[in-house]
Amino acid sequence: MFDLLALLPTFPLVGFLILMAGSNSLPRRGVVAVGVGSMGLSALLAIAITVNFLSAPPPGQVFEQHLWTWFEIGGLAPGFSLYLDPLSLAMTLVITIVGFLIHVYSAEFMRDDEAFARFFAYMNLFVSLMLMLVLADNLLLLYLGWEGVGMCSFLLIGFWYKKPANGKAAQKAFIVTRVGDTAMAVGLFLLVTQLGTFDIQELGVRATEQWPVGSTMAVVAAALLLGGAIGKSAQLPLHTWLPDAMAGPSPVSALIHAATMVTAGVYLIARTHALFALAPVVLTAVMLVGLLTQLTAGISAVHQRDIKRILAYSTISQLGYMFFALGVSSNGAAINHLMTHACFKATWFLAAGAVIVAVNHEHDIFKMGGLGKKLPALFWAMFFAGCGPFFSKDGILAEVWFSDTGGPLLWLLGLFGVFVTSIYLFRLLFTVFLGPLKNEVHWKPGRAITIPLFILAVGSVIGALVEYPRLLGYHPHSSGIEAAHASPYLHATLGKIAVGVALTGIYVAYRLFVRHRHYDGDEVIVPHIRVPLRNLFADGWGFDRAYRVAFVAPFRSAAHFLRNELIDRGCDAVVAVVQSGHRLIRRTQTGRLRWYTAGIAAGAVLSLGMVLFS
Amino acid sequence: MTLILLIALPLGGGFLAWMLGRFHAQAARWVSLAALGAGLVLALNLWAEQVGGEVLPNDGSWLVEFSRAWIPQLGISFHLALDGLSLLMIALTFLVGILAVGCSWHEITTRVGFFHFNLMWVLAGVVGVFLSMDLFLFYFFWELMLVPMYFLIAIWGHERRIPAAVKFFIFTQASGLLMLLAIVGLAFVHQRHSGELSFDYFDLLGTPLGGVTGMLLMLGFFFAFAVKLPVVPLHTWLPDAHTEAPTAGSLVLAALLLKTGAYGLIRFVVPLFPDAALAFTPVAMTLGVVGILYGAVLAFAQTDLKRLVAYTSVSHLGFVLLGVFAWNELALQGVVMQMICHGLSTGALFVLVGALYERTHTRDLTRLSGLWAVAPKMGAMGVFFAMASLGLPGLGNFIAEILVLVGAYSVNVALTVLATFGLVAATIYSVRLVSRAFHGANDGAWKFPDLSAREMVVLGVMVAGLVWLGLYPQPVLDAAAPALSQLLPVMPR
Repeated sequence: MFDLLALLPTFPLVGFLILMAGSNSLPRRGVVAVGVGSMGLSALLAIAITVNFLSAPPPGQVFEQHLWTWFEIGGLAPGFSLYLDPLSLAMTLVITIVGFLIHVYSAEFMRDDEAFARFFAYMNLFVSLMLMLVLADNLLLLYLGWEGVGMCSFLLIGFWYKKPANGKAAQKAFIVTRVGDTAMAVGLFLLVTQLGTFDIQELGVRATEQWPVGSTMAVVAAALLLGGAIGKSAQLPLHTWLPDAMAGPSPVSALIHAATMVTAGVYLIARTHALFALAPVVLTAVMLVGLLTQLTAGISAVHQRDIKRILAYSTISQLGYMFFALGVSSNGAAINHLMTHACFKATWFLAAGAVIVAVNHEHDIFKMGGLGKKLPALFWAMFFAGCGPFFSKDGILAEVWFSDTGGPLLWLLGLFGVFVTSIYLFRLLFTVFLGPLKNEVHWKPGRAITIPLFILAVGSVIGALVEYPRLLGYHPHSSGIEAAHASPYLHATLGKIAVGVALTGIYVAYRLFVRHRHYDGDEVIVPHIRVPLRNLFADGWGFDRAYRVAFVAPFRSAAHFLRNELIDRGCDAVVAVVQSGHRLIRRTQTGRLRWYTAGIAAGAVLSLGMVLFS
Repeated sequence: MTLILLIALPLGGGFLAWMLGRFHAQAARWVSLAALGAGLVLALNLWAEQVGGEVLPNDGSWLVEFSRAWIPQLGISFHLALDGLSLLMIALTFLVGILAVGCSWHEITTRVGFFHFNLMWVLAGVVGVFLSMDLFLFYFFWELMLVPMYFLIAIWGHERRIPAAVKFFIFTQASGLLMLLAIVGLAFVHQRHSGELSFDYFDLLGTPLGGVTGMLLMLGFFFAFAVKLPVVPLHTWLPDAHTEAPTAGSLVLAALLLKTGAYGLIRFVVPLFPDAALAFTPVAMTLGVVGILYGAVLAFAQTDLKRLVAYTSVSHLGFVLLGVFAWNELALQGVVMQMICHGLSTGALFVLVGALYERTHTRDLTRLSGLWAVAPKMGAMGVFFAMASLGLPGLGNFIAEILVLVGAYSVNVALTVLATFGLVAATIYSVRLVSRAFHGANDGAWKFPDLSAREMVVLGVMVAGLVWLGLYPQPVLDAAAPALSQLLPVMPR
């Protein structure tokens, strides 16, 4: 059974190749059969492998499959080798199952798009590369998936390429994440030159042997990998690309920019945890990055009007929670939140996409209202899915309280995030679905849309009840869990407090956006906040403007300045000197005989003189 | 004799193409294809022999050798030899030659026979450069590449072709002269030590050189190769020459002529002058990094598509300079990969731009937009080669650049980190190329036929090559390995 592992990324890859080759000739049914079918096969296979993994686990809960050696040189031999353990199994399940459901949804959602085949081709390629990323046994292959999904994200954000704004957003996403990737690449060079291997497990072993905890090398290496993770997972300060990435079709936002690709950074840190454990400073940085991102993005989310941008900031904020958990070494809680959040956020994005189409491509939530009666399926799917992540987040918060590196203060800050989360989520839900009807609904989602939504919502609800990673056998050591188990009463109380705070947030959202619906127009939230501050929050804390001034503008003006090739002016100068010399000498060629005779005479006198007097 | 044949095929084929082209244009094309095809078969056959383990008995790296006295009074011989490094380059030469003939099938309509004569003779010169083991002979072939290339640009080029051709000629000629001086100087120093005048590469290896003499002679070679490579600030001939050359000319320039500079650095500069090269390393590596970043920024700044692609060459070959002077196994293997992959990826971009120009008669990025809707195959190809160019893993350029960077990292961390930022800069110009030309609305109301079957074959070969080299580069690495491991000890770190 496990030997079929390599087929997981192969199915969608073949789907991609068929769709690219037949993009003009395949009928729509054929496209759906290939595009969705390949994903279905992968999802089924992933489930079968999981069942097998749980019933008859491979020795050490690890299965490795070596396909071929990429290259072998100087003692390095990274391979196309897959590594299946509970962590990669968890990621694989998310990618294949959520991915499959989103593909099903897309078959209806994108039905009238002229580039139907191209859409599924890119989506299939994305899934294939994402699976490569999480199944890679070495950092170079992981990097292949990492960059590959970045490219697919670029292509899919700009999928509706005729609108220039979409192209801009796609470029921005690619370039900003590539900045993080550069840090990661340097980290890769460091690890390989110092430890002599690309293999992730081997790197962990050698690093632990050779580097003491807190050594410079370990800190630098972990910090560089963190740079890559920050870019991919849209954390502060490289988060600016994600809100703009919403220019892509909604299924793309759901799959790439909520459920899978953006969690790659979380996966990377969990995967290379042995390395991060050697660098406590960097772990603290992970925690602070997560905390700050979670708070700032949450506050920004409250100030958005565009339904997809609210969800984008929400995603950034939730990813911040995962980093927060990773920072206190609660990897189990982080991955649990990752999985639940994948179901939850995919539901919300897909539902939001359906809402947008239903109200004739309106994005502003304050121009919607009362849709609950017209689109009840969407409302209930979102409502139920919205419950899941609160519980997985409680898990994170409890561990933060109890962990060696956490504490009550950090817990409190995290708790404030919970409050903000429930405000922005239910602000969206209440504004769009409750109150008087504001829109004409032209279109109702069919089964291919509602069924995946409900499955995902159920996935999110189950995520509230059980811990998915634990079910799969992923429960890494964490000081927080142990301490929590030691004091069950406090643990339970903390959970109750968190639920209370979340409910309070919902109530506040209800008061503000249902009872007193006077926050139309510019009065978006909390009237007591001053307008400039409000704009700052809505603008994502001014990072975009700062980057424009600090990087984009100087780069452009440097390029503009250098464009004329100053070096070439040097060449031109040489040419000018030669030409003027030529002109000067040409003047002597007058054709007048007396000048020539005078010249000859002068020359003769000169040479005679030289002979005589030297 | 195989080695003679490798040079004679393009020489003879070119001559025949010229003669037949007077009567029938199509004949010139087919003759050229046949000659180059035969050359490619020969080269692949040699490769198969290498894989089979057939090497010359004296040491492990040379596969075939051919030597005849030429001007014995001056110690000049007609000495050719081939190892894995030259083998790869020669295989690339014939492959690119075939693609060059293929991509000019419809583009070149005037003086077709003479065009193919020039094209074939450039290729013959390139093959000669990769095979010569006598410095005088090497110089001969070095110059042989130059003249037909001048004609290719000056006769079949675009609007401003004459100044560009002259600039190309003067830059190359002047720097070649410095190399000639250095060659003669080196031979004289060798004569003073051994009492024998010889231009033979193997005789000259290991000539003891004093600090200043060694540095001056090394710089003579370095200048010639740096102009060809090109190294910033000696690169300014390249954008003009590339932009004005016909498609086949740009392709051969980018894929092959620039590589002779890289080959020269590996084969001659470091092995002949190891001490001077070691002392020069920080300067050379810095120049490499400057080239990577400068080329990328300038590529971003261009509005002429062909100029944009030309500057990406400057950027990519910065990696070559960085890798050569890092001089370790990883870096050198990376350099060899980069030589091949850059040839394919940038060559393909030139083919693509050429195809676009044939249809739209413009290369102006401000006028071209939204072309995906018009020509989706062209768009897909554009995206593919832009991705190759920015170093997407899974394609050959990634392997090349990552090997160079890992190799260089162990020599100089700071410069490597700066060079890595070249990956971001490459992303910026690549996505700009894609977004500007292929995305957006079709404002110019362009309408033209998509890529033809012939063009798809030409580009398809390059796609296949890059994917192969990106996923399983081992055969190429193995082919180059013996030659490189012979060279590596000359400059120990």
